[in-house]
Amino acid sequence: MRTALSSLLLAVALIIAGEARPASQSSGDTAPRRIVSLVPATTEMLYAMGAGSRLIGVGSYDRFPRDVESLPKLGGLLDPNTEQLLALRPDLVIVYDTQAELRQRLERARIPMWSYSLKALPDVAATMRALGARIGMASAGESAAGRIEAQLRAVQARVAGRPRPRSLLIFGRESGALRGINASGGYGFLHDLLELAGAVDVLSDIKQAAVPMSSEMVLARRPDVIIELHYGEAWPANRLDAERRVWSGLPSVPAVRNNRIHLLTGDEFVVPGPRVTLAAERLARTIHPDAFR
Amino acid sequence: MSRQATSPWCLWPEHADTVTTAPRGSSVRTRLLWTVAGFGALALAAITLAPLAGSTDVSLARVFDRTLPYADNIDAQIFFVARLPRVLAAALVGSSLALSGVVFQALLRNPLASPDTLGVSAGASLGAMLAITFGADVSLFGLSAIPMASFTGSLGALTIVYGLSVVRRSGTSTMVLLLGGVTLTALLSAIMGFVQFMADFTQTFRNVRWMMGSLDVASYSPIVAALVPTAVAWGGFATLPRVLDLISLGAESAAARGVDVRRAERVALVSASLATGAAVSLAGPVAFVGIVVPHLVRLVVGADHRLVLPGSALFGAALLIACDLVARTAMAPLELPVGIVTALVGGPVFLWLLFRRT
Repeated sequence: MRTALSSLLLAVALIIAGEARPASQSSGDTAPRRIVSLVPATTEMLYAMGAGSRLIGVGSYDRFPRDVESLPKLGGLLDPNTEQLLALRPDLVIVYDTQAELRQRLERARIPMWSYSLKALPDVAATMRALGARIGMASAGESAAGRIEAQLRAVQARVAGRPRPRSLLIFGRESGALRGINASGGYGFLHDLLELAGAVDVLSDIKQAAVPMSSEMVLARRPDVIIELHYGEAWPANRLDAERRVWSGLPSVPAVRNNRIHLLTGDEFVVPGPRVTLAAERLARTIHPDAFR
Repeated sequence: MSRQATSPWCLWPEHADTVTTAPRGSSVRTRLLWTVAGFGALALAAITLAPLAGSTDVSLARVFDRTLPYADNIDAQIFFVARLPRVLAAALVGSSLALSGVVFQALLRNPLASPDTLGVSAGASLGAMLAITFGADVSLFGLSAIPMASFTGSLGALTIVYGLSVVRRSGTSTMVLLLGGVTLTALLSAIMGFVQFMADFTQTFRNVRWMMGSLDVASYSPIVAALVPTAVAWGGFATLPRVLDLISLGAESAAARGVDVRRAERVALVSASLATGAAVSLAGPVAFVGIVVPHLVRLVVGADHRLVLPGSALFGAALLIACDLVARTAMAPLELPVGIVTALVGGPVFLWLLFRRT
């Protein structure tokens, strides 16, 4: 009787456990060799742990490292090309957690997958460990994750003890005007990076990853430092100057009067992968130039 | 103030005779006075009160404190940079969209017509989207790339629609123009979809945000720039009231009364399109104002365009200023896109008015 009960409990536990995790995620026993990663962050993670050669396809937004240029691009978050993806016969597909439709299709095709989601900065290293374990490279994943954590700690230590300026991190604005401003709110990996780099986020009370900001909000929040991020090609100096000058319309903002509007270009600010260490260091150098002399 | 129709569809002058037998000069003048005074008071109240409220507390004493240098005066900057241009932009956009709505509804003889019916609004949106996606960075006279591209887009759409209105035969006029406009809108929307498809993640985000509309212009130069085409359009509108009364009854009867219908239609088309293009390039496609304000005003003043046009201009301004005030304060410190508020606030009001009378 007792054994029957315990085996029943065990069965229930197994069912619950089985339901808690998508079946396909637990079914990957052998180390995958043909990996598709639709997520730029995980693509970079795979390269960082030395598994880049196992990639057979990436997402449309993948730019880094250079090697991805030669791989087939299979769409992005909203438009994955399922047909091309299936034709590549992958043995592991890394998808966004929110790609429900794609995940259903892969499940039907019995292709193992691994779903990615990221909320905060510590998730970068955690994702790296989990991904390493999933592809049978647990120790490589562990050491790459450890490197990231160590480098982030080093940046943090470098700016420790310095006064923390109230900063605003903008990741989108209409060019040539103070309109359509989108800033990082008090949630997400950009917010975490900003605070790690020795700043106080002026929007930390708004727990959203993206905050559309009006000019009134900028004036009212009075940031000491404004950092604007741009992606893609670096702008020529005259355009950078012109974009910086746009801010002169709000002269009471401390960042404007103290000439602390900084424009940074780089994909590392949009991809929460191994290059977050680079992003953290660039932010820290921008906020605390003295700490790096 | 008289209302002619008793049918549920009283929003629309179905009953032709009542319009043409409108009261004589003197009584119209009195009603015009009342219309302008009533809606003007609303608009004036909105313009004066709206800048006083916002997501932050501002002290008026500090705003006008001359002893403080402007560069140090946050309250003054919030008032003069963040709020006042915004309220003025709302007034301009609201009145332009409302006037265009009146004109398009009369011109197309269709109560569902609005500033976006003929594709001008879609042309403006496509222009803006192209500028965002391909990162245009030209600027001229303090005007940035997006409003310029947007206005250019609206002119492109206007050219196509105008071409349609010229080549079509008279007689089938409005139907062809309407179908042509709807098709053009669909075509432009498809191109917008393609541009979105080509855009990267952050650009898509900005495109979507732009499409929700925003009046936070943060300086006066975009407003001044938009005033130029708007003034031309208003000049056109000023010639239209009587003609629109006749056209909305039917082109044939208008022609029988000595109206040069084709010429009048073109003036109406170009003016309304210019006003729409200027409004959309300034604030993005603000939904709902252009279709609903004319109907609400007609409910109050009747169908005479001598009253509907000025009434709509003033009420459109007041309504959009009020909606923007809600957008700025309802979720403070966050701001809602104004297009969402216009639809959420105005839609139910309109439905209530519509069904209350049935």
